[in-house]
Amino acid sequence: MARRGAPEVNAGSMADIAFLLLIFFLVTTTIEIDSGISSKLPPEMDEEQPPVDIKEKNLFQVLVSKDNQLLVEEKPMEIKDLTEAAVAFIDNGGGLDKNACAYCQGAKDPESSDKPQKAIISLVNDRQASYRYYVTVTNELVRAYTILRNRESMRKFNETYEDMYLRFKEWPADDQDSPEYEELEDRIKEIRELYPRNLSEAEPQKAG
Amino acid sequence: MSKFKKNKSGDLPAISTASLPDIVFMLLFFFMVATVMRDDEMKIDNNLPSANQVEKLEDKNKLVNIYIGKPSAAYQQQFGSSDVVQLGDKIASVKEVFNYVNTKRSDMPEDIQNEMMVSLKVDEDSKVGVLTDVKQELRKANALKISYTTKQGDPMRNVR
Repeated sequence: MARRGAPEVNAGSMADIAFLLLIFFLVTTTIEIDSGISSKLPPEMDEEQPPVDIKEKNLFQVLVSKDNQLLVEEKPMEIKDLTEAAVAFIDNGGGLDKNACAYCQGAKDPESSDKPQKAIISLVNDRQASYRYYVTVTNELVRAYTILRNRESMRKFNETYEDMYLRFKEWPADDQDSPEYEELEDRIKEIRELYPRNLSEAEPQKAG
Repeated sequence: MSKFKKNKSGDLPAISTASLPDIVFMLLFFFMVATVMRDDEMKIDNNLPSANQVEKLEDKNKLVNIYIGKPSAAYQQQFGSSDVVQLGDKIASVKEVFNYVNTKRSDMPEDIQNEMMVSLKVDEDSKVGVLTDVKQELRKANALKISYTTKQGDPMRNVR
């Protein structure tokens, strides 16, 4: 007797099963957000340490009041103008002699910052200010540093700082002793020293 | 002559659904791979604001999450409706941040302990006050590397 072939399995319900699984994963998925503005907190203050003397002209005061008003150097400002003002301040290069800044392209106003290494942006928040506003202000200030770093990096290495940093971060882990990697690291360090991110989130203000 | 007029009855032939399972499986695999099972159950509202000056965070094993926001509707009876801190999957007070961070740090392998990053997931509608307190606690705990975790997007959307 000839052997009969095995009967074909009905695969019609396969789609249903797959749909069921699909829906389960659709519902449970939360695409994790894994990006953010990184920042560094200052170490715990030593009571005995005398406060560092910072000249008024090297300080860029940004204040967010409780009704989300932006005050820059005690004058109200629209948030869209903040980056430009910060760039002008950091890149001013008004210093003379040993404080001179050869690569700055700013207005060289003697009333504004000496050089990027000395320029400090101080961000002060009222406790009642909303977080969304705070993030936007921080974002705009960080953008000012990125703009300047990109510009300097373009001039020196013909590649933006952001691209360099991305390349640095995504370097394969098994190839981190290569000379190219170290060169990249040095370049990033160099740019960071030209425009250090001196963004100070000051001590909390008393509510009031 | 009648070579092209075989199917004269007018009915459309049934579309073969044989490849449907394949398509669904493809989608299924995509979602299976993209899914991260959330390990903290959220007891607070947590809509992150957007920003564009973002960097990728550290690997997951170097991250410590701190959530800030209003308790969600089910928990408002118990915790009120002002901003609170959530550590792990329970709502805690700001004072507990210090111990929480230190515990998390000592749970990490020793060689990455000083690369620990605190990811602050703060609801966009909350006030800066609680965040400031948390940051003071983090300074005390010497956890200085932080990140304001945000969505990627136009930051001006936040303030409109």
